[in-house]
Amino acid sequence: MNPIDSINTEWVTRESLAGKAAEHEMLYDITAVDETLKTKLKEHEGDFTLVYHFLSLKDGEFSRLKLPIADAQTQVPSLTSEFKNANWYEREVFDMFGLEFEGHPNLCRILMPEYWKGHPLLKTHPARATEMGQYQLSDDKQDWLQSVLQYKPKEEGGDYLYLNLGPQHPGTHGVLRLILKMEGEIIREIIPDIGYHHRGAEKMGERQTWHTYIPYTDRIDYLSGVMNNLAYLLSVEKLAGMEIPARAQTIRVMLCELFRIISHLVWYGTFVQDLGAMSPVFYMFTDRERAFKIIEGITGGRMHPSWFRIGGVAHDLPEGWREAVQEFLDYLPARLDEYDDLVMKNPILKARTQGIGAYNSEEAIEWGVTGPGLRATGFEFDLRKAKPYSGYENFVFDVPTAHRGDCYDRAVVRIEEMRQSLKIIKQCLDNMPSGAYKSDHPLAMPPPKDQTLIHIETLINHFVNTTWGPVMPAGEAFHAIEATKGTNAYYLQSDEGTHSYRTRIRTPSFPHMQMLPLLAVGTTISDLMAILGSMDFVLADLDR
Amino acid sequence: MMTFIIPICMLLGPVTIASLLVWGERRLLALFQERYGPNRLGILGIGQLPADMLKMFFKQDWIPPFADKFVFVLAPAIVMATALFSFMVVPIAPGFVVWDSDVGLLLFLALSALGAYAVVLAGWSSNNKYSLLGGLRASGQMLAYEVFMGLSVMGVAARAGSFNLTRIVESQSSCWNIVPQLIGFVIFYIAALAETHRTPFDLAEAESELVAGFHSEYSGLKFGMFFVGEYIGVTLMSAMMAVLFFGGWQGPFWSGPWWFILKTILLIMSFVLVRATFPRARYDQLILLGWKYLFPLALLNLLITGVVILW
Repeated sequence: MNPIDSINTEWVTRESLAGKAAEHEMLYDITAVDETLKTKLKEHEGDFTLVYHFLSLKDGEFSRLKLPIADAQTQVPSLTSEFKNANWYEREVFDMFGLEFEGHPNLCRILMPEYWKGHPLLKTHPARATEMGQYQLSDDKQDWLQSVLQYKPKEEGGDYLYLNLGPQHPGTHGVLRLILKMEGEIIREIIPDIGYHHRGAEKMGERQTWHTYIPYTDRIDYLSGVMNNLAYLLSVEKLAGMEIPARAQTIRVMLCELFRIISHLVWYGTFVQDLGAMSPVFYMFTDRERAFKIIEGITGGRMHPSWFRIGGVAHDLPEGWREAVQEFLDYLPARLDEYDDLVMKNPILKARTQGIGAYNSEEAIEWGVTGPGLRATGFEFDLRKAKPYSGYENFVFDVPTAHRGDCYDRAVVRIEEMRQSLKIIKQCLDNMPSGAYKSDHPLAMPPPKDQTLIHIETLINHFVNTTWGPVMPAGEAFHAIEATKGTNAYYLQSDEGTHSYRTRIRTPSFPHMQMLPLLAVGTTISDLMAILGSMDFVLADLDR
Repeated sequence: MMTFIIPICMLLGPVTIASLLVWGERRLLALFQERYGPNRLGILGIGQLPADMLKMFFKQDWIPPFADKFVFVLAPAIVMATALFSFMVVPIAPGFVVWDSDVGLLLFLALSALGAYAVVLAGWSSNNKYSLLGGLRASGQMLAYEVFMGLSVMGVAARAGSFNLTRIVESQSSCWNIVPQLIGFVIFYIAALAETHRTPFDLAEAESELVAGFHSEYSGLKFGMFFVGEYIGVTLMSAMMAVLFFGGWQGPFWSGPWWFILKTILLIMSFVLVRATFPRARYDQLILLGWKYLFPLALLNLLITGVVILW
């Protein structure tokens, strides 16, 4: 048991890994840590540690397996035969650390392009472009780079059309590339090629202070703003061992639920737009604008307010926030009902989405699907209920489910979630606790001003805290939250520094996209758009 | 004198309405979608229209090196030509028609079937996979919907006892065809949506799926011809519906061309409303709807009309 995040942690060997892993229900995440520069937290003499996270869906409990690796030449047993979603996670570890997995069916780079030299998350790899020498792109090099990216189908029989969909395509919502092998309009094979939106968010975590990393988290799932802050900060606060005041928690919940509505509204509009309807997206963006008015009033920002702080939030709620929130609560339900009539009851939309891209609960768990995608199969799992955080245990709300697990049901679940979020916001409004909006923990707040002028120790602390930023105690912490697209988790390791030793961001879009071939093979290109739309992914969330 | 005025009117009229529609549709859609639309240039933003046209004229008219040049240029010309030719048989007022043909209705159907070539050829000659898929979709869709469009107006022709459009309008003096031929009208309307590639049947240029479908590779004035060609198609279909089902120039009082124009404009606006409302159907669903439901329905409509006439 790890005392910091109370997650059951076990060290395994190469031989016992598969057996131990198979005891768990859902593979949640695989990542690695380069141990070479560790000083305080060094737990073994090897160069790497592989970290596996598993999720038990009955109680929302996570567990962790750690496997020490001597050096980069050591082969690691692959978990692809036990867990289907291990495939991409192991490819990512290979890509980022150069660790090879024995028995992996397709071990190649996933986020970085094939021509990349080195493995970015190694401590020896430079973190900034300025450390890498001047970049020059000659014509020859450009041609070569393009030829590396070109898809060359293996020689085989049959008359197929190979369609390169993306990275620039109106239906993919960003720089996602899908390579389709088609027979007429029917998709026979599909290869997602991701990484075009990769910005090295995890590497940046090793360079930014605990505090200055907060704005980077906003941009992971860029539609759900402060919800990302929350996942990160809950892990940081666990490292620091902080208690968060009730008011701060409730403010956080209220803003998170507002952002859940904002994110779902964008999904709603774009999903219907993918299906060819033109108007709804304008209505939903109008509604979203109203929600942004509240966000603007409270935080001063819009999409990326970066407003949560270690230990609480940046400011107290401003005057007039109650009226603004109440106005939105009165406004949205009627609009949602109207959209039901316009969109969800439309026979063409039903024909386009019902029975398309369906999977059942077992498949969802096999592939690591969480969030609305899992609940649409009839499996009631919501971290806010299963393992409440930030005071969600004090709220009354339902976890909407559907039963067919197709595109239509995923939509139904999300729409109902918006109504539930309104319910939660209403409760925040009625029961907003008074008190501090930020913890007075020394790692969250500078020492009180009157004492800094008397004690040299507090003055030093004040100086260190404001110039370096807080120094988190050594240890590791993991926290998952129910984000808009599924569950989002941060795994942090502190080596008693001003910045994290390793920041791992587990995002929901990654496993969901991995499942795409299962859903889309055998359907048409029109259905592919319905599936992509109903999946609700964000490219920044996928590639980080 | 009239022999010159009428053709010039029938050539310039539709083009003017169609290009006004470029602006009109944007304003109307904006109205439906809680936004303003182009409202800056000139009164109500009407200046947007010449601005857009100028932009289109001065844009580089690029032909992709991998395209089949001749066919690539031919395709947009076919769109404009067939649509404008069809106006030849549309009667606006008694005697105000370019060619009062006895096979006017058939000529209209034949020309609109020819229009399918434009899309197929554009998709094929672009030598682009998205264009090809769009062109293929369009060919299947237009072939299927030609059939119902033809069948749906046979009831109208049977009631008038003629394919002459003037005669068809005159046959509606007591009661517009919309009442006895309601089924025919609904089928014609759906087929007209499919013929003009308008939502919910805009499969050939389905943006979220095929980028811009058959006209992905077109730019400049050639793209403009597809763009305006679509609006001329909408105008033509609305004018034909006014003639076939809404009594043409006849009104409850003061019968005259103004009634025809009013009806046409209202029908055009209904096209815009449909576009603002519906999502896009899938290719196989569209074809299935056509052959499985609309085709038998059109036959049934013709059968009942025949029985009633012969009774």
